[in-house]
Amino acid sequence: MAKVRHESEWYPLEPGETVLDGLLRQGVRVPHGCRAGACQSCLMRATSGAVPEAAQVGLKDTLRARGYFLACTCRPQEGTALEVAGASELRVPARVVELESFSEDVFAVRLEVETPLDYRAGQYVTVVRADGLARSYSLASLPREGRLELHVRLVPGGAMSGWFAREVRHGDRVDVQGPAGDCFYVPGQPEAPLLLAGTGTGLAPLYGILRDALESGHTGPIHLFHGAREPAGLYLVDALRALAARHPNLHYRPVVLAGGGGEVEEGALEAKVLTCLPKRPVGWRAFLCGNPEAVLSLRKKLFLAGFSLKDIHADAFLPSVPRAGPVAGAA
Amino acid sequence: MTSVYEKIGGEPAMAAAVDVFYRKVLADERISHFFEDVDMERQAAKQKAFLTMVTGGPANYSGKDMRAGHKHLVDRGLNGTHFDAVAGHLKETLEELGVPTDLVGQVMAVAEGARADVLNR
Ligand SMILES: Cc1cc2nc3c(=O)[nH]c(=O)nc-3n(C[C@H](O)[C@H](O)[C@H](O)COP(=O)(O)OP(=O)(O)OC[C@H]3O[C@@H](n4cnc5c(N)ncnc54)[C@H](O)[C@@H]3O)c2cc1C
Ligand code: FES
Repeated sequence: MAKVRHESEWYPLEPGETVLDGLLRQGVRVPHGCRAGACQSCLMRATSGAVPEAAQVGLKDTLRARGYFLACTCRPQEGTALEVAGASELRVPARVVELESFSEDVFAVRLEVETPLDYRAGQYVTVVRADGLARSYSLASLPREGRLELHVRLVPGGAMSGWFAREVRHGDRVDVQGPAGDCFYVPGQPEAPLLLAGTGTGLAPLYGILRDALESGHTGPIHLFHGAREPAGLYLVDALRALAARHPNLHYRPVVLAGGGGEVEEGALEAKVLTCLPKRPVGWRAFLCGNPEAVLSLRKKLFLAGFSLKDIHADAFLPSVPRAGPVAGAA
Repeated sequence: MTSVYEKIGGEPAMAAAVDVFYRKVLADERISHFFEDVDMERQAAKQKAFLTMVTGGPANYSGKDMRAGHKHLVDRGLNGTHFDAVAGHLKETLEELGVPTDLVGQVMAVAEGARADVLNR
């Protein structure tokens, strides 16, 4: 049996159980979201004992070196005794200072952080509410803008998005943990073509990356594809058109599955994206964000079209996964 | 003795080869369905481990791992034809990357040696 010590109490783990599931099962509150090692909401720190390598996949070296790991992918070996602490020292207090509606179900949440966050546009943070509810959101803002801007889609029955949409008040406090992710613009090769594609609020990180690239003096063509089911699902259309008017190298292409017309194209996003590629996309860099199926499928198509894997940066917005029922056969 | 892995150029060469090799494999309709793993990052890492192994680099692949790792694919019908297809892509990849013929031969011999384990025979 492996056991985990948290706030001076030991908790036994079932065979094969993750630290996250074991602690939640026994009533310990641990922030979590995707349960798949993607959102980093469940970050914890090992203060003594060894964590399996798999539990540190995707973490920055600086975090690894300090013993941080993801509780949802941490399955300690039989006989392990692990002492853990939460990640509160990685969080900064923030206040909700503004909400702005972008479309029927997408709105901006602007946060003021107590101490400036060191991040790159396009990375994501985990927002942790006072009661421990945690969800990840990509940053649409630029560091120089001061406030953090998130684009949140109201998910039917959504705990965090519903709270933001209906209950949050100006000045309410949340904690912000992060940043994480490597979906961001790296200066250099200013003439290289950039491909930015996303669905729904996948536009948030792309909006940050896009403005970051333009402000960094990127001169190469930038193709921005924003996909939605219907025109009502698009947002920031006027802002992006205005940006494209000022920057001839920016090609903004809103695409919808139905109801297109005028300057909004109709069809499958993937097909539209592929048509903008040359035969050999050498030197191209791609940024893909949003709906997980769309992101993963497009990633594969781009790879087959000749992109190098290292030039495809993708953030799939994995939804939260509720905890599985009690382990079968467990006493 | 220097391994083929080192002669070819070690880790950076392998990283470049994975892109080419994996792309060929994914684009081949005879075998792409065995590689439908949506987690491309992980799949690419496996391809790299495989290439590293067949070129005699620092790999921790054993015959036992090869068997266990392919069992579910054998259950789904993986057979000698598929093995030949993958081996063919491997050969082409190495040739395209300018690996000398005798080294390609050595790599292909190692790959051939893994046939029984991969097909769980
Ligand atoms: C790296 C990363 C970045 C993200 N960035 C953003 C962002 O910029 N903007 C944004 O709006 N969201 C983003 N998300 C998703 C976000 O973290 C939440 O999952 C989302 O806001 C829903 O949370 P909720 O608490 O409102 O809903 P929950 O209470 O978590 O969900 C309610 C129910 O709906 C399901 N569900 C939730 N989302 C979806 C979905 N998309 N499709 C299908 N079913 C779903 C859940 O599984 C659950 O059954 C990101 C996720 C990740 C991992
Ligand atoms: S990374 Fe563990 S819950 Fe998302």
